[in-house]
Amino acid sequence: MPSKGLVTAALGRHRHDRARLIDILRDIQAQAGCVSPEAVAEIAAGLGVSTVAVEGVATFYHFFSARPAGTYAVYLNDNIVSVMKGRAAVAAAFEKAVGCKFGETTPDGRIGLHRTSCIGMNDQEPAALINGVVFTSLTPAKARVIVEGMKAGMDPKAMVASFGDGANASKIVRAMVKNNIRKEGPVVLAPFRSGSAIKKAVKLTPEEVIAEVKKSNLLGRGGAGFPTGLKWEFCRREKGEAHYVVCNADEGEPGTFKDRVILTERPHLLFEGMAVAGYAVGAKEGVLYLRAEYAYLLPYLQKVLADLRKKGLLGKKIAGKTGFSFDITIKLGAGAYVCGEESALLQSAQGERGEPRDRPPFPVSSGYRFLPTTVNNVETLCAAARILEKGGAWFKDMGTARSAGTKVLSVSGDCKKPGVYEVPFGLTVRRLLEMAGGTDARAVQVGGPSGCCISRGQFDRAIAFEDLATGGSVIVIGPQRKLFEVIHNFMEFFVEESCGWCVPCRAGNPLLLRKLEKIMSGKGTPSDIADLESWGKTIKAMSRCGLGQTSPNPILTTIQNFRELYESKVDRNRDFKPEFDLAESVKAASEITGQKLAAHDPENPHA
Amino acid sequence: MPKTKPVLTFTIDGKKCRTSPGQTILEAAKANGIYIPSLCYWEGMKPAGACRICTVRVGGRYMAACTQPAAEGMAVENDVPDIQDMRKAIVEMLFVEGNHMCPTCEKSGNCELQALAYRFQMLVPRFPFQFPVREVEPAGTKILLEHNRCVKCLRCVRGVRTRDNKTVFGALKRSKDKKIAVDQALASALPEKQARQAMDRCPVGSILRKEVGFAVPIGKRKYDKKPIGSEIEKAEG
Repeated sequence: MPSKGLVTAALGRHRHDRARLIDILRDIQAQAGCVSPEAVAEIAAGLGVSTVAVEGVATFYHFFSARPAGTYAVYLNDNIVSVMKGRAAVAAAFEKAVGCKFGETTPDGRIGLHRTSCIGMNDQEPAALINGVVFTSLTPAKARVIVEGMKAGMDPKAMVASFGDGANASKIVRAMVKNNIRKEGPVVLAPFRSGSAIKKAVKLTPEEVIAEVKKSNLLGRGGAGFPTGLKWEFCRREKGEAHYVVCNADEGEPGTFKDRVILTERPHLLFEGMAVAGYAVGAKEGVLYLRAEYAYLLPYLQKVLADLRKKGLLGKKIAGKTGFSFDITIKLGAGAYVCGEESALLQSAQGERGEPRDRPPFPVSSGYRFLPTTVNNVETLCAAARILEKGGAWFKDMGTARSAGTKVLSVSGDCKKPGVYEVPFGLTVRRLLEMAGGTDARAVQVGGPSGCCISRGQFDRAIAFEDLATGGSVIVIGPQRKLFEVIHNFMEFFVEESCGWCVPCRAGNPLLLRKLEKIMSGKGTPSDIADLESWGKTIKAMSRCGLGQTSPNPILTTIQNFRELYESKVDRNRDFKPEFDLAESVKAASEITGQKLAAHDPENPHA
Repeated sequence: MPKTKPVLTFTIDGKKCRTSPGQTILEAAKANGIYIPSLCYWEGMKPAGACRICTVRVGGRYMAACTQPAAEGMAVENDVPDIQDMRKAIVEMLFVEGNHMCPTCEKSGNCELQALAYRFQMLVPRFPFQFPVREVEPAGTKILLEHNRCVKCLRCVRGVRTRDNKTVFGALKRSKDKKIAVDQALASALPEKQARQAMDRCPVGSILRKEVGFAVPIGKRKYDKKPIGSEIEKAEG
């Protein structure tokens, strides 16, 4: 239980600032292992707000827990690629060695086992976070060694046996994470010399910078594809006491991890892109919103920022330009997929529950601190820096007519070379599968669960905004996989990650999941497939934000592209089959009483 | 609204409407005698866009009428069969998401969810009942929270604040586990008027002022004789 001292210290450290409530809660969770009701009450009193205001935030994010999560809190990824790579055996090994089940903490409070959504390590699954330290490519044997270490009281950092490549092995990171860069493209992953973009930018007027970005035809890399130059122009035009640049480094779409690699290997390119954006829109402050799963990179990123300040590339009079000052702070999330949605991210960055806002107003007019803000993806900002370095025309020359430049893809699943590929837009899925060694795939999930699941007949489709738009996640599904298992995993994910604000997403997705389970259990009829389509359409149309508007996609895109799979699962000779199984539901009672239930015949229910 | 000079025109289902800039589609519709069904909306409160029942379609895009400002020349689709059916689906989702036993509910006849169900002529929800296990929470000395009925419209969260601007109600958790909670100390200290207001503004029977649930008998309640929305449609003349 947290002592009053911990809360007092955390409040002091964060200057009793309500907008830093997540930082305060992170501190308490890390030090006390939980955010207890007592701590909630103390924080509320200290901030001068109601207890529900604090509890609302504390219960929104899944890395906060009301009960002790364990001195060692193990969070094992449960996304589908982790499952493909042997999660079940690893989980069983953890449970056996620890002596408690997932969702529990040992009676002595030492070790807690928890599940979590995708942690951005899909190319090295199964992976887990233990007190924020990443453990990748887990096996049952490795799990047992880790548990021994925890029982012996070792620091999780000390349990990292070998380090990954590149900056992962640097003294300040020391993570076992691998970059797996399989293809370096010219825009994002090519070497970059600090200063080469911002020095060119400050020789232009902000309007000219925006014009150059517009000329490049750069579209937002988060998936929505809004023209970046236009966004900057809108933001610049807005009046406000300050303007902000916010970088969305909350890549939570299952299967994406490319931002993690960019943050590890090209952070100076990203930060320079933020400075360019700051110059363009007239911002003095930038915020990098970093997902909690990547907190292990925080000290490293802080050091990169410090180095850039020393070089005069951040801070005052940047690149010698009088009157241009810009600096960057990093804000950490606490575990919530929906915070990748830009307005939810802004709420979270302000210390609130990560619930999307209504638009209009859009962030360009009312964003961070309700002031004009440009929110851009990590990759977008890197591309913007490179555009200033090499020119809009150079950039526009790559890719397709509508989708200029390159795209960094995170490829994982059933392929020989999972990892990061920077490829020009327009590349076909087939070509990508050849590069990654996954040509025998039966399906490919492009754009993560919120994207599209395509079949072999569609492998000649192109990765581009005009065809298969993607934020970067590409999951290869091999011929041995059960597609229903994949769909089910994705739907469970959406059910859990819905913020719960609007009815169609909150109440509708559990209904879709349940209907899917009915079909999977063999109790479906054609009408159940029709229901899935109809309900899915309603949820897409009526939901408030991108999460709900895409959440039925795992079902809808597979009905579209793998209809035969659904049809093979349902009984085509019946209009309706009940979900309810009488014999099954009275099984326990029958066993106790010894009375056998007469077989129930759905064709003749009153017999 | 009537006092300001209407300066923009748009249509709802082809009917010409006038309103002033900044008005939402929902408010403008109301002022023009057109009812757009809604549940979480409450006049004077910041709209939440939470229930999505007021969803309309403009140029093929769906948007919540309570948050979207009307714009010059907009052609809004409101009373069309496919949208009405999706709205009805949302009402049905709410019925299966919670545990709504109208005959025994203190709010029956004054309940907006029930009234919407009648308006949409809901018979049996198309969705399976979820029968979640929820509690009845004695939340301090004045208020009772009946979680079985809560639709998370956030009216209480948005509308009830103490004199020093503290929120009294708040949302906890997320996804289907989301629930409304109350700061018990603050709720107990609410003045009588505010406590009654909290109950009256709750569209369902989830927030109850203790001891007054049946002060107005069933049969004499707001929607017992006239359907929800009829007051707006009647005003049109």
